[in-house]
Amino acid sequence: MSAGVGVDLENLWIRFGDFVAVRDANVHIKGGDFFSFLGPSGCGKTTILRAVSGFLEPSEGNVLIGGNNMKGIGPNKRPTALIFQNLALFPLMKIWENITFSMEIKGASARERRKRADELLDMIALPGQGDKLPSELSGGQRQRVAIARALCAEPDVLLLDEPLSALDLKLRQHMRTELREIQQRVGITFIYITHDQGEALTMSDDIAVMRAGVIDQIADGKTIYNDPSTAFAASFVGENNVFRGKVLDVRGDQALIRTNRSGDLLSRISTANQGKMNVGDDAMMFIRPEALSLAPTGSQGDHFVTAKVNHEEFEGNVFNIFMEGDGGKELKVSIPNHGQSFEDHSGQDMTLEYDVNNAVAVPAGELAAE
Amino acid sequence: MTTDKIIRVSIWIYLGIFFAYLLGPLIIMSATAFNSPSFPRMTPWECLTFNWFGELFRDERILNGIWNSILVGFGTVILSVSMGLAGALMLTQIWPKLRATYYTIIIAPILIPGVVLGISTLVFWDRINRMLGLGADSVLSNGLFLTIIGQSTFIASYCMLVLVARLQRYDIALTEAALDLGATHAQAFRKVLMPFMMPAILSAAVLAFLASFENYNTTTFTFGEYPTLTIELAQKVRYGITPAISALAFMIVALTVFFALINEANIKRKKMIAEARKDATVGELAGKIEVPGLISRNPAAIALIVLVIGVATVTASAMTYSPDQCIADVQEQKRLETEKRIQELRDRRAKEAAEKAAAEGAEGGATQTAPKPSNNSGFGGVFAPNTLQNEGTDDGASDEGADDGAAGSSNNSGFGNVFDPNALGNDNN
Repeated sequence: MSAGVGVDLENLWIRFGDFVAVRDANVHIKGGDFFSFLGPSGCGKTTILRAVSGFLEPSEGNVLIGGNNMKGIGPNKRPTALIFQNLALFPLMKIWENITFSMEIKGASARERRKRADELLDMIALPGQGDKLPSELSGGQRQRVAIARALCAEPDVLLLDEPLSALDLKLRQHMRTELREIQQRVGITFIYITHDQGEALTMSDDIAVMRAGVIDQIADGKTIYNDPSTAFAASFVGENNVFRGKVLDVRGDQALIRTNRSGDLLSRISTANQGKMNVGDDAMMFIRPEALSLAPTGSQGDHFVTAKVNHEEFEGNVFNIFMEGDGGKELKVSIPNHGQSFEDHSGQDMTLEYDVNNAVAVPAGELAAE
Repeated sequence: MTTDKIIRVSIWIYLGIFFAYLLGPLIIMSATAFNSPSFPRMTPWECLTFNWFGELFRDERILNGIWNSILVGFGTVILSVSMGLAGALMLTQIWPKLRATYYTIIIAPILIPGVVLGISTLVFWDRINRMLGLGADSVLSNGLFLTIIGQSTFIASYCMLVLVARLQRYDIALTEAALDLGATHAQAFRKVLMPFMMPAILSAAVLAFLASFENYNTTTFTFGEYPTLTIELAQKVRYGITPAISALAFMIVALTVFFALINEANIKRKKMIAEARKDATVGELAGKIEVPGLISRNPAAIALIVLVIGVATVTASAMTYSPDQCIADVQEQKRLETEKRIQELRDRRAKEAAEKAAAEGAEGGATQTAPKPSNNSGFGGVFAPNTLQNEGTDDGASDEGADDGAAGSSNNSGFGNVFDPNALGNDNN
C-alpha cells in the first residue's frame, strides 16, 4: 500500500443550535499515521469523526482528505470507512457477506466475494468462520470482523469510534496490539476515537487531547505525557498530582511557584507555555506519582514536599502512599517495589523529593473530572 | 390446602367457561356442516354428510365472493403495507416535536367507524371521478378499486403500528454503516433495512389480509360490482342459511388453525436450532438438526401433524363414504313417524266421532235417526267414521298395526292424499 492519505481539518466549527460541539479545530494528520482523538465523553471527538466520515456537514471550515475538500460529498463517496462504537455488523448477513458488503453493492460476484472474505478472515485470524452469523461470534471476534469489513472497502482512511469500549479488559489490551499491527500491515491512516488514555498512548503516533469541543494539545504520546501544555491535558492523561499556586519567579525555562499548601516549589515550564507565564499568574504544577520519591524527613528546599500520610496501599509492583494534598485531592506517591521492607507511615509527616525536570508548570486551568 | 384446591378448581372452571364461550360457537357451527338436515343444526344428529361442502363449491355467488375477497385482500395488502411502511419510516424521521401529532393523525382512521370510512370513500372518489369528467365505468368508480382504497385507509394504520414496533428496534447505525461502505440510500434501504423489516412486513401483510377478508362495514358501501365474501354471506343469510355456510366457516377455521400451527411449529423449531447451535460446534450440528428435531419437544408440530392426518382421513372418507343410505333411512323413519302421527290423529278423531254419535243416540232415543255416515258431509268426509272404518281394520290397534295399515293404505284418505305415505315416498324417490 501507499504511504497513505492525510486528513486535514481547517478551522472546523460544528454547532448544534446554540451548542458548539467543535470549536475551531485545526488538525493535520499525516498519511499512514495512527492518530487518536482523546477526551472525556461529550468532548466532541465523535462529532469530528462524523464530520470526517461525512455524516455531518461542518458549520464552518473544511475537511480535507488527501488534499481534497470533502464539502458536499456524502459518506458513501468518501474514501473513508468507519468502525462504529457498537460495530453495526449486519445481523442478518453471514460473516462473509458482512465483510464483503462493499463489494456486493459494486456488483461483485459471489465467488469473488467469497474469495476476498476468506483472505480477510485469514488476516483477522478467523479462518473458516465465514458462514456464521454475527450473533454467533464473541465480542473480540465481532470486533475483528468489523475491521475486516471496513478494510474490504479499501479505504484511504479508517475511522474507529471507541471500538474497544464494549470489550472486557483482557480482550481490550489484546486488541490494542492487534489493531496497531493491522494498521502497520495495511499502512493506511487510522483515526481513532477514545476516552481511554491507555489505548491512545499505546497505539497512536499522534494524539489530540480534546476538552469541551476544543483541542488542547496535539503531540505524540510521550510529549503529551511528559510535557502537557494545559492543566486539562496534564490531569486527563495518566495520573498526576496537582499543586495550585502563583508564579513567584521565572528563571529561564523554570518557574518558582508559591503553592497554596506546600511552600515554594521549583518546576519546569511546559514547552508550549515557555515565555508565556509571568510573575503573579495563577499557575498549576504537576508531578507524576512515580516521579516522587522518599527523602530524609525534614529536608528543606524548592524540590521537597512535606505532607501528612493518610493511608497506604500495596499494589504489587508499587506501594502507593496517599497524603494530604491540595484542593481536596490526595497527593499520591508510587514507590517501586524492589522487595524492600515497608512500614506503615499513616498519620506521620513525610518528606518527598522530585527532579525539577519531572515537574511541569502550566497556567491554571480546568482539571479533568475524576 | 383446601383453599388451594378450591382456587385451582375454580381456575379450571373459569378456563372451561372461557374457552366454551370462545370456541363453543365455532365448534357447533363446524359440527353442523357435517349434519344432513338442510337447516344448520347439531341436534338431532341425523346423518354424517359431506354434501354441504359440495353444495358450497357449486354456489357461484359464494365462489365469486371468495375470489373477490382474495383480489381485494391482495390489493389491500400491497397498498396498506407500503403505506404503513412509509408512515412508520416517516415517524422515525420526523422532527421530534411533531411526532406526537403525526402519530395521532395517522392512528385516527382506526378510531373512525368503518361505516363512515366507507361512505366517505364512496363520496370522495365519486367527486374526484366527476371532477375529472369520467363516466360511471371508470377505474375510480370501480368497486374493486374503491374497496381496496376504502379498506386501506384504516388497515394501513394497523400495518404501521406493527412496523413501527419493529423499526424501533432498528439501529440506525446499520444504515450508516451501509452508506459508509459505499452503498447508495436505495441500496442501504433494500439490502439492510428491508431484510430487517421482513418479519414485521410479513405479519403486517397477514394482518392486513385478514382484516380485509373479514371487513364488512366499509366494504358494504364500496363493493359495487365486486361483492366480497362477507357481502355475499350477509345477502345470503337474509334469505335463510344452509349448512353450506357452516362448511365454509369450518374450512376457514381449519385453515386458520393450520397456519397458526405451522407458524408455531416454525418458531419452536428455530428456537431449538438456536439453542442447539449455542452449545454445539458446526460439526456437531450436521448430525443433530434432523427430522426428529422438528417433532421432539414441539407440541405445535405434533398438533400440526395430527391435524394434517385428520384432514387427510376426513377427505379420504368423504371420497368413499356416501350418506345416501343414511339419509334414505332417516327419511323413511321420518315418514313413518309422520304417518304414525296421522294415524293417531285419525284415531282420535274417530273416537271423538264415535263418542259424539253415542251421545246423540242416547239423547235422541232409538227413534232418532243416527246421522248416517256418508261422504256428503261439509267436511268432505274427513270426519266420516265410515270412511275411517273402511280405511283399515286397525281402529283401536297397536303401533305395529298402524304400521301395517299405513303400508297397505289406499288413496281414499280423508286428507286428500296430503299425508299419503306412498306419495311422500314417491317424492323422495
